Amino acid sequence: MRAAGIDIGSRTVKVAVVEQGRLAAHRIAYNSHDPIEVCRGLLDGLAYDALFATGYGRHLFKQYWPCTVVTEIKAVAVGSRFFAPAARAVLDVGGQDTKAVALDPRGGVAKFEMNDKCAAGTGRFLEIMATALSYSMEDFADAALQASAEQKVSPMCTVFAESEVISLVARGLPRDGLAAGLHRTVAQRVASMLRRVPLEGDVVFCGGVALNACLRRLIEQELGLRLVVPEQPQLVAAVGGALLAAGSCATGLLLNPTGSE
Amino acid sequence: MPPTNYRPMWTELGLDLAKHDALLGVLGKVYRDYFLSQTGRPAGMDYFNFVISEVHGLRIKELMDARKAGRKVIGSFCLYVPEELILAVDGISVGLCSGADFGTEQAERYLPRNTCALIKSFFGFTLEKVCPFIAACDMIVGENTCDGKKKAYETFNTLIPQLYIMDLPQMKSDAGRALLSAEYLRFMRDLEKLSGRTITAESLGKAIDTVNKKRAALHRLAALRKADPAPISGLDALLINQVAFYDEPVRFTASVNALCDELEKRVVAGQGVAAKGTPRILISGCPMAVPNWKLPMIVERSGAVIVGEESCVGERGTQNLTDTRGAMVEALLDNVVDRYFKIDCAVFTPNTLRLDHVRKMTWDYKADGVLHYCLQFCTPYQMEAIPMERALEGEHVPVLRIDTDYSQEDVEQIRTRVEAFVERLKDGA
Repeated sequence: MRAAGIDIGSRTVKVAVVEQGRLAAHRIAYNSHDPIEVCRGLLDGLAYDALFATGYGRHLFKQYWPCTVVTEIKAVAVGSRFFAPAARAVLDVGGQDTKAVALDPRGGVAKFEMNDKCAAGTGRFLEIMATALSYSMEDFADAALQASAEQKVSPMCTVFAESEVISLVARGLPRDGLAAGLHRTVAQRVASMLRRVPLEGDVVFCGGVALNACLRRLIEQELGLRLVVPEQPQLVAAVGGALLAAGSCATGLLLNPTGSE
Repeated sequence: MPPTNYRPMWTELGLDLAKHDALLGVLGKVYRDYFLSQTGRPAGMDYFNFVISEVHGLRIKELMDARKAGRKVIGSFCLYVPEELILAVDGISVGLCSGADFGTEQAERYLPRNTCALIKSFFGFTLEKVCPFIAACDMIVGENTCDGKKKAYETFNTLIPQLYIMDLPQMKSDAGRALLSAEYLRFMRDLEKLSGRTITAESLGKAIDTVNKKRAALHRLAALRKADPAPISGLDALLINQVAFYDEPVRFTASVNALCDELEKRVVAGQGVAAKGTPRILISGCPMAVPNWKLPMIVERSGAVIVGEESCVGERGTQNLTDTRGAMVEALLDNVVDRYFKIDCAVFTPNTLRLDHVRKMTWDYKADGVLHYCLQFCTPYQMEAIPMERALEGEHVPVLRIDTDYSQEDVEQIRTRVEAFVERLKDGA
C-alpha cells in the first residue's frame, strides 16, 4: 500500500509517498502562478493508493484531485514524529507562514501558534533581505554564520526592515554583519512564538527555512536548547499527510482507486 | 408585488444612492452566500431573512413614519445605553451596527490607522453617506467605554449634529455605581426633554417588561442550543442577536418565540443543523455587528458548530433581566442601574466576572473549545484574551485566539487556524 501526501506551499510544492512505514518517494517543485499545473507535473507518473493534501493550496487542490484535506499544523505534527519519534514540539518556518506546535505525549496537537498576516519571521522575509543584499539564499546564511560582527537591525515589518537595510548599506556597513543581524531578528521572532507553546522534550525544526544553518544556530541560542532538524526538513508536512493517508487506508476510511496510475 | 421603491426616502435622508446601491449589493450577495446557502435551516428563519432584506427599507420607513407621528429615534453603539429608558418615552432604540469595511479610506482622514475596525466603520458609513439609521436618528448616544471610542466621538461630534455622550464607570465600586446611576438619571431627563414626555412608573414599568420579554426570548433561544445536535447554526443565532438591536421589540420577541417553538420540536426529534457529536465551539470576545459574519462562517464551514456567543451581540448583552418590582420611577430606575451595572465589559477593571461567565457558558453549552475573537487594536479585549486563554487551557478547555478586522484578506489564514483547532478538538475527543 502506497500512501501519498502533497503539501502545496506558497514557495514550493512537496510530495511524499510512504510505503510500509518508509519514505518510498518524494518530489519537490517551485510553486508558480498556476499551482494546479505544478501539482499535475509533480504527481505525473506517481503511483499511490490514498492521498492527503495540506498547505495553503489544499482546498484548491481538492477541487481537482480526490483526496482528504488536513491542515499544515496537524500534518507537521504527524510528520515530525516520523523523523523524531520523541518530538514534543515543532517549529515550522515556511515561505509565508511560521507555526509553533506543541504535541501531547501521543503526538496529537496540544497547542499551536501561527503568525498573523505579516511576512516578518518567515522564509519570505529572508528571501527579500537576501535580495536586498545581493546574496543567494545559501550565501546569505553562510555570510551570516561567518560574519565577525553582527549589525543590529530593528525587528520590524518586512517593508521597513528592507528600507532600513538599504540605508545601512548606504552608510557603508559590511553586508555580512547585516546578514547576521537580519537572521537574529527572525530567530528572535520565531523563538518568541515557540515560547508561547509548552516546550518539553525534542523540538523539531522544519519547513524550507530549517535548511538555513545560521538561523538554526541562532534559534538554538535564543531558546537554549538543541533543535532536531530532519535531513529534508521541507518534506515534513508532506510526509505527515502521507502517514495520515496510510492511517486512513489502514482503517478503511479512504481508498482512492483513481489516484493510482 | 414589485419591490417598494425606497429611493425617495433614501434621497430625503441624504444618502449617496450610488454608494448605497453598491453596499446593498455586497450585503445581499454575502447574505445569500453565508446564510441562505446553509442546509437544514429552521423555517422560523424566514422572518429574519425578511428583516435583513428590508434592513435599509421597510425598517427605515417604520422609523420615518414613527418620527412623523412624533416619536423619537435614538441610536447607540453600546450595551450600556438602556433601551428601557428610550422605550419609556415611547422612543425607538436602534443599535447602530458598524460591522462592515466601508469608507475606510475616508475614515482614515479623521482617525489613526491603528484604530479598531468598528470605529472606522461608523465613521466610514457616516462619511460615505450610506447609513440610513444614522441619518434617521434624532439622537445618537456615544459613551466613553474604550479610549478609541471615547476620543473618536470628539471628532464624530463634528460630523453629525445629534451626538450625546454618556459617561461610564470603569470599576465595579460604589462610586462606579453612583456614576452610572447619575448618568442614567441625566439621560432620562434629556430623553424627556427631547420627546416632551414624562417618564412615569407606568411607562418605565411597561418598557422594562417589553425589554425583559425580548431578553427572555433570547435566553430561550440560547438554552435550546445546549442540545446535541445543535438545532440552529451559530450564524443564524448570531443574526438573531444582531437583529435584536434594531427590530421592533414586540414583533421581534414574538418571532424569536415562534422560532423557539419550532426548535423545541427539533430538539425532541433529535434533529439538528450538524450531526450529533460535531465539535461545539463557544465564541468569546469583541462584538460582531452586522454584517461581520466572517469568523462564524469560517468556523461552521470547517466542520464545527457554534453553540454560544459571550459577546455584546450575544449573552454579555442579554444576560440578566431587570427587576420589575417598585412603585416609583426612582425604584425602577434603580433596578435598571442594577441590571446594567452587572454587564462584564472588558473596559472594567478588574473584570473577573467575565471569565466566570465564559467558564459557565462553556459548561452549560457543552462547548469543546473556546474561540476568543478580538478586533485588532481593541486593547481591553486583547488584554483579557491572554489571561483568559491561560486560565481555560489550565482547566483543559482548548482555546484559539484570533485577532482580525473586517477585511477579507486574512480569510485563508484564519481558516487554517480554525481547521487546525477543529482537528485538535476532534482528536482530543
